[in-house]
Amino acid sequence: MTLLLAALGLLVAGGAASLLCRRSHRAANLIGAGSAAAACALGLVPAVTGLVGGGARLESAWSVPGGSLALAIDPLSAFFLVPLFGLCGLAAVYGAGYLSRAPGGRSPGPPWFYFSWLVAGMVVVVTARNAVLFLVAWEVMSLASYFLVTRDDEREDVREAGWTYLVATHFGNACLIALFALLGPRSLDFADFGPASHAGLLFVLALIGFGTKAGFMPLHVWLPEAHPAAPSHVSAVMSGVMIKMGIYGLLRTLTWLGPPPLWWGGLLIGAGAASGVVAVMFALAQRDLKRVLAYSSVENTSIIALGLGVGLVGLHDGTPGVAILGIAGALLHVWTHALGKGLLFLGAGAVLHATGTRDLDRLGGLSRAMPLTSATFLVGAAAIAGLPPLSGFFSEFLILYGAVQHAGLHSLAAMVGLALMSGLAAAAFVRAFGGVFLGVARDDGVRGAHDPGAAMRAPMAILAPALLVLGLATPVLLPALTPVVEQVGGLPARRVLEAATAPLAVVVLGSVILIALVALIAGLRRLLLAGRTVGAAVTWDCGYAHPAPRMQYTASSFAQPLTDLFGPVLRARRTGDAPRGLFPEAAAFATRTPDVVREAAWRPLFDLVSGALHAMHRLQHGRLHLYVISIALTLVVLLLWRLS
Amino acid sequence: MSGYAGLLAALLLAPLLPGVINRTKSFFAGRRGPPLLQAYFDLAKLLRKGAVYSTTTTWLFRAGPVVGLAAMLVASALAPFGGVSAPLAFAGDFLFFAGLLGVTRFMTMLAALDTGSSFEGMGASREAQFAALAEPAFLLGLTAVAWKTGGLSLSGMLGTNSFATWSGAAAPLALVCVSLLVVFLAENARIPVDDPNTHLELTMIHEVMVLDHGGPDLALIQYAAALKLWVLGSLVVGIALPVRSLAHGWAFAASVAGMLGLCVVVGVVESCLARLRLTRVPQLLLGAGVLSLLALFIGLK
Repeated sequence: MTLLLAALGLLVAGGAASLLCRRSHRAANLIGAGSAAAACALGLVPAVTGLVGGGARLESAWSVPGGSLALAIDPLSAFFLVPLFGLCGLAAVYGAGYLSRAPGGRSPGPPWFYFSWLVAGMVVVVTARNAVLFLVAWEVMSLASYFLVTRDDEREDVREAGWTYLVATHFGNACLIALFALLGPRSLDFADFGPASHAGLLFVLALIGFGTKAGFMPLHVWLPEAHPAAPSHVSAVMSGVMIKMGIYGLLRTLTWLGPPPLWWGGLLIGAGAASGVVAVMFALAQRDLKRVLAYSSVENTSIIALGLGVGLVGLHDGTPGVAILGIAGALLHVWTHALGKGLLFLGAGAVLHATGTRDLDRLGGLSRAMPLTSATFLVGAAAIAGLPPLSGFFSEFLILYGAVQHAGLHSLAAMVGLALMSGLAAAAFVRAFGGVFLGVARDDGVRGAHDPGAAMRAPMAILAPALLVLGLATPVLLPALTPVVEQVGGLPARRVLEAATAPLAVVVLGSVILIALVALIAGLRRLLLAGRTVGAAVTWDCGYAHPAPRMQYTASSFAQPLTDLFGPVLRARRTGDAPRGLFPEAAAFATRTPDVVREAAWRPLFDLVSGALHAMHRLQHGRLHLYVISIALTLVVLLLWRLS
Repeated sequence: MSGYAGLLAALLLAPLLPGVINRTKSFFAGRRGPPLLQAYFDLAKLLRKGAVYSTTTTWLFRAGPVVGLAAMLVASALAPFGGVSAPLAFAGDFLFFAGLLGVTRFMTMLAALDTGSSFEGMGASREAQFAALAEPAFLLGLTAVAWKTGGLSLSGMLGTNSFATWSGAAAPLALVCVSLLVVFLAENARIPVDDPNTHLELTMIHEVMVLDHGGPDLALIQYAAALKLWVLGSLVVGIALPVRSLAHGWAFAASVAGMLGLCVVVGVVESCLARLRLTRVPQLLLGAGVLSLLALFIGLK
């Protein structure tokens, strides 16, 4: 606990110090990044010991009504603290390089200040044991990330993104306040929460409130706006860790609500499958690399929800095997996504840094110029697409393996959803990787790129192998996660998890054979080609002597058959002039795929609310004496009410 | 007879299958056709050649065939053959099998995109679309078999396939057979989804993705494609033939005969059907998915 408090103190102090260094950008950058990285390294110690059974607690009184300063590390908290500290530390190192060449001579102090508060807020969220403290930390986390998102506030789209985020996050917070008010009429300490009387209502409130942060469709509207707007190391933290706070909240709530009825699991599976499939379709249709990654995050949290749903269905049906596999798969996917999506956002940041664009249809051919970014991005893409032997496969394996054993309508829905998602996610990531790194650049502006500096390279070089290790270590890791799974599922899990490691061990064996075979065949190929003529030529391209970069398939053309197939869902807008006449001179074509949920559901709602609130503008007239009168009148009315 | 015999048969006999298909097609067209062992000759010839690489390509282009073949080799070790367990059999192995197919596909598409050729991009794009639709049909079909037979591994599902299984669950098994046959045709780039004989038409999918490969790389790709034909075929045959009712040696022989029969079926299909319009292919694959779902509903507890 001492180390955790020290980490929190270091974060707050380092953030403040970095804010004070107004004169020297370099110093602000070094202090901000250094303190955040050091704090994360410190915090990783109690997180890891908490996972292996060394819990800790701290309680003290707090002058806030209903609040007490209760912090604790139990297995569930520790499980979320490990990726939190791990990824935030790496992101801080990356950010030191990323912000060192900040455009426009703006001080990196404020971003580091908010970054530190964001990390500190998340740490308190997962360790808080009192609802008031939890909500305050939740708000700190939300606001700190809001200021990070709106860093480039001179841009219209960034202000818009920030506004959407602010509204969405407070919509979620409102549900959370209602949730905690209903949970704890007597005491707001988590320890006093128990099986509630109207658990169904509470579950829905938690699903909406935490689901907004986790980005379940249709509550995801802020996510594809906010992730691209933030600096890349912040996007990595927001996507890799912050949206998982929603998952954490949901898991924590489940530990209070008692045994789940069947419809909870059904709701999670249905929402997860629908939201994931639609999200991955949108990922396929985006041109902006970071928006692709953002939609993929929606898909991945949906997979987590789906796994959890399988778990709840299993709990209800009294099939502990299914329950534990679903929950374990969902949990493992939390780590997979933290590492994988963190890595991918860092890679996208390196690309943005090197080329100044995130447009898939302008990029291309960067694998030559940026070998490290390219190779690590490939690993991240394959892991998120759920390919063996990387960890994404293992988490999806556990969920499917649980669903197969259930043999019911719910598990059927889960399997259909997951099978569709995994095929489409592979297409989305082949497209994203191909568009950025393969072929040749489609635009002169992006030539001359190169890998970023050491501070930005190192985190990517650490995260990529970590995904392989996490995958291959699953049989060892899974039994170690027993306490976490037991805490969420509320039933003994050790034997089921140990039984589940037997097939996983064979998967690992198969993966090792796969890697060995790759090495063997590569060696054979090299041996065969040694001493023979190995020539070089242009891409053959069916007889074109001079293939030009613009003849390449772009990312948009790659996705076209699929986006056409899903046209009724995506509702892409096409604009352009078709070539006319015998000798057409100009022609243009463009497609845009705005978020259908945002356009159809949220925008009318926003318009309605802002229209209704316009009437209140009459109160904001700027005449001070009228303000004073209204305040005085209000006080008088309150006084009279109190007296009567 | 252990599962290794099946693996050995896959490794040795896989290149025979394209020969059988081609001979069937030749028979229907009234031609003599290439020798049955043509694929072996091609492989031997390609392995002796040098290579030409596009200057656009990177290490990924060279890694594509290598990783693709490695994944198919591991997949071969997962597929049971002749009514006995596969060398690598475990609960849930069909999920790993699907993952390995995914790895091969992923690397093939990336290697195609690496050339920067618009044709190869087109092929990769179509492959991505069709694979995304074939995957649910494949996974759900095998899940239906798992629920019906109570086996969670491919060997458990197919290795116990006897007359009793079929008489107990003829409807779902037949549905899955049809569904997997469609997946088999789509995944192996056969008519009615793809035409393996065209390189340069706008109809191509798999062949166009490997257009820039030559020499030993092309040999790896062709061998991997033959293995894919074999392992996916062995699943279809494994479900269709209740070989568990036979003695081991006979079961093995029956399975080999089944594989050859499947190739004849493919040849007949290719001789009698035209390739579907590309916009119709998703409907075919979704239809296969629906058949799998139907099989699952029938098998639902």
